[in-house]
Amino acid sequence: MTSEKTQAPLLDLQNLRVSFPTPKGRVDVVKGLSFTLGRERLGIVGESGSGKSMTGRAILRLIRRPGVQQADRILFDGIDLQSLSERKMRDLRGARISMIMQDPKFSLNPVMTIGDQIAEALKTHERLARSAVKSRVLEMLHAVRINDPERVVTLYPHEVSGGMGQRIMIAMMLIPRPDLLIADEPTSALDVSVQAQVLDLIDELVREKGMGLILISHDLNLVARYCDRILVMHAGQVVESCAAADLHKATHPYTRGLLAAVPRMEETRDELPVLDRSTWSGT
Amino acid sequence: MIAISLKNLDVSYGTTKVVEGANFDVAEGESFALVGESGSGKSTILKAIAGLAPDWTGEISVLGERRGHGVDHAFATRCQMVFQDPYGSLHPRKSVDQVLSEPLKIHGLGNRDQRVEEMLAAVGLDRRFRYRYPHQLSGGQRQRVAIARALMLEPKVMLLDEPTSALDVSVQAEILNLLKKLRREQGLTYLMVTHNLPVVSFMCDRMAVMNKGRIVEIAPASALHDGSFSDPYTQSLYAASGGNPDRKD
Repeated sequence: MTSEKTQAPLLDLQNLRVSFPTPKGRVDVVKGLSFTLGRERLGIVGESGSGKSMTGRAILRLIRRPGVQQADRILFDGIDLQSLSERKMRDLRGARISMIMQDPKFSLNPVMTIGDQIAEALKTHERLARSAVKSRVLEMLHAVRINDPERVVTLYPHEVSGGMGQRIMIAMMLIPRPDLLIADEPTSALDVSVQAQVLDLIDELVREKGMGLILISHDLNLVARYCDRILVMHAGQVVESCAAADLHKATHPYTRGLLAAVPRMEETRDELPVLDRSTWSGT
Repeated sequence: MIAISLKNLDVSYGTTKVVEGANFDVAEGESFALVGESGSGKSTILKAIAGLAPDWTGEISVLGERRGHGVDHAFATRCQMVFQDPYGSLHPRKSVDQVLSEPLKIHGLGNRDQRVEEMLAAVGLDRRFRYRYPHQLSGGQRQRVAIARALMLEPKVMLLDEPTSALDVSVQAEILNLLKKLRREQGLTYLMVTHNLPVVSFMCDRMAVMNKGRIVEIAPASALHDGSFSDPYTQSLYAASGGNPDRKD
């Protein structure tokens, strides 16, 4: 976040729209979203259906038909992602922009050993000798704090726990050394104690390697803890953008409503305030 | 009176023992939380009480009566359970009306039409939802239906298995408010499983912390204010949840 002003942004997104057809005509799930990202940590928060995951997917051009994405500009490190051929795009995905999905149970291949899966991620993008691949895999597993990498590479996904599965996902996503990491609810399927470990790990690796991070989550406090800047999304639009440290000073009624609805450790309120959805459903 | 009493409860799945020597009493009208990581056996205790994990030894008493291992109709009228995932716990091909009438039919209770209508109102669902199917409802609405179904037989004890963990924060607030209101109005006893400590602070009076099948500590919910736990595992769980950011010392 230090050098973002001096150099061109890593990602420049202007007026992104994603729409899906319905019986009542096309519905925009992302309505004109713009932001620029340097080598910093950006959090995108919102409820289900706010379009936050679609934004993450649209950056990688992963919106499947019949969904359609359009933007005035999607520039990644000077490359126009919209004009890239599907083949070039495939070379970019994973190698320069990576995405960590929500649930390791569904995103790991159940019939492939963990070692083979991580090696595959590397071999797709780089040509390396077999011994070099092996040592990179072991080194990466070590970096995500897996104690016994030699044993773990021979295991299948069903033989590891959820927290370990998510660390393996992170290893797989980071092994080609991407510049931008998109983490879509990386810890929602995990326990609180493991959650902190996984996020600390992502945080450490991102800082160490100077990557850009987009952390997508519905948990305001979690995002505030791990990001520099926060975008709050509601119904496909950004309603508020602020520095993470200033989240408690947020002014938009939606952000304030979300913040107030979270129970606190020292709860004194008899009833939690509930969002009155009618007030800004039109905006 | 004691609503739920567990004495030396051991629960096994096959040859694996998942809960060992659980002991606690929940007073009538109390709201008690079971806290711990996945795999610590907290949901298994609820399942054993509800009769879904029949391989247990020890003693389970609900409202002064000991529970047997089999299906118990009379027990169902005293104690009901709400499950974690409202997307999985409602029958996809049964309308809300059918779901809510079914317990009344099984127990041969009359006046079903009026009871269903009253229950929908009690959980804050509009009458127009009565003939809808689960896929036509949002997550929060489905969880309201699941709570309504559990309350149809007017039980005194409710077992809640992570009732809000699948929901957004704003919807979570609505469901927590609803559960709190129902408990106040109907004098219910709650035994609630969760891994979210702030929810415990909002909903519960006391909590039992579980680790690897054992209860390591039973503490009042007020211990969450300053983190005054005696067990090291509880302290680490408290720290991982972010502690109490409102208190600076």
